[in-house]
Amino acid sequence: MSARTASVLYDVPGPRARRRYLLAGVLGALGIAGLLWWVVATLADQGQFDGALWESFEYNTVQQRILDGVLATLKAFGLAAVGSLVLGVLLAAGRLSDHRPVRAVSTAVVQFFRAMPLVIMIFALYQAVFTSEPMWGLVLGLVLYNGAVQAEIIRSGINAVPRGQGEAAYALGLRKTQVMSLVLVPQSVRAMLPAIIGQLVVTLKDTSLGYIITYPELLFVGKWIASNSDGYPYIPVVLVITPIYIAMCLALSGLARWIESRGRRGANRRGTSAA
Amino acid sequence: MGIPFEDGNFSLFARGFLGTLELSALSALFALLLGFVLAAFRVSPVPVLRAFGTAWVTIFRNTPLTLMFFAVTFVLPRLDVHISSFTAAVAALSIYTGSFVCEVLRAGINTVPLGQAEAARSLGMGFGQTLGLVVLPQAARSVLAPMGSVFIALPRNSAVAGAFNVFELFGVQKTLTEKGYAIFAIFFWVALAYLVISFSVGAVFSALERRTAVAR
Repeated sequence: MSARTASVLYDVPGPRARRRYLLAGVLGALGIAGLLWWVVATLADQGQFDGALWESFEYNTVQQRILDGVLATLKAFGLAAVGSLVLGVLLAAGRLSDHRPVRAVSTAVVQFFRAMPLVIMIFALYQAVFTSEPMWGLVLGLVLYNGAVQAEIIRSGINAVPRGQGEAAYALGLRKTQVMSLVLVPQSVRAMLPAIIGQLVVTLKDTSLGYIITYPELLFVGKWIASNSDGYPYIPVVLVITPIYIAMCLALSGLARWIESRGRRGANRRGTSAA
Repeated sequence: MGIPFEDGNFSLFARGFLGTLELSALSALFALLLGFVLAAFRVSPVPVLRAFGTAWVTIFRNTPLTLMFFAVTFVLPRLDVHISSFTAAVAALSIYTGSFVCEVLRAGINTVPLGQAEAARSLGMGFGQTLGLVVLPQAARSVLAPMGSVFIALPRNSAVAGAFNVFELFGVQKTLTEKGYAIFAIFFWVALAYLVISFSVGAVFSALERRTAVAR
């Protein structure tokens, strides 16, 4: 969307409109710069840039703990990702089943776990079963919730394959399992992958709920550092931890975009992306 | 099983339920306002504003909600900003949800074909008319379903506030757990409350979708 093209909201700007846009741009830039300056000035006023508050990050033990926190986050995420995909496939298969009871049970399970706040589930699992093993409470909660969401993504992906594909396969005498595994699933996977990875980003972000049940993931480590250092450096901790989370999530969604662009290349070589 | 009806637990439960409703409703309102402003930035013809909107959305969509709650709870007091934990929770939830609302709105505007606006302009409509009579009504319709899932997720996300000193349904769960009731019995009642909220919001949105449905 460069300034020279029309969008559904704006026509190609003429000379006067371009002057107006320039003025708005300058004012906007000033406003944003003012906002940033105000944030930085407030932080500096409260002494948040004092070396003493940042000192704790120089210790090897603290750096090691942050690394451990990242690894604990990734470990919980990895287990939850695999588990939720397996559960998602099973539940999606159940929802697409020809047998009414199987369909009803899977639908109920999917609807229930999709509507349930993750904190509530994780806390109940932690208190009831995994009091000494918070990681499994977190992982199981993530698997149940994200599995239900992944099931819906997979189901709608398979339903989005044109009907004729399945009909043609049945007409060739394939059985339902074959129709699924040879025709429908391979075609839908490419379309589903971005949504599936998008949900994996959500899974990754939600590992921070482990904080609430004392699983030592990144956020919990951050709290530990802040409350065990001189001067309670909560702001430095947040400024260090947030970019780590953002980087991890962006890496995952970058993967999704890359896969999507590859998929488009295969499907339609002239392919242009929608604005 | 009938935990809410024993030992005066009912008032506890009612307080938690209202807490969740209040928190969700207020956050929904602010998230909608923030989302509109951000979406306006992201589709505006001014590059600086577009970049700002993009940066904002990238940051807050990729930051875990728990971290946002952590930030408003522990960071603001360090800056000598003292607000109640409820206000802080509304802020965290609105900022988080607002960026999702923005993306939904932007995607909705992008679904309107360019030809619609061109036709409107060639009929002699001004910017306001094109936007208000042609583009927005069509965008609104395609936005309803994804907006529904954002606002169904909001009450669910609001449960995190319970971990940061706001009394709502998660607070009820914690309090009853401390009182020593059977954990899965508590879970049953809290789950029921959330199902009621989720399905109510879902029903409102599917009713809206049915009313605005047009064959295309």
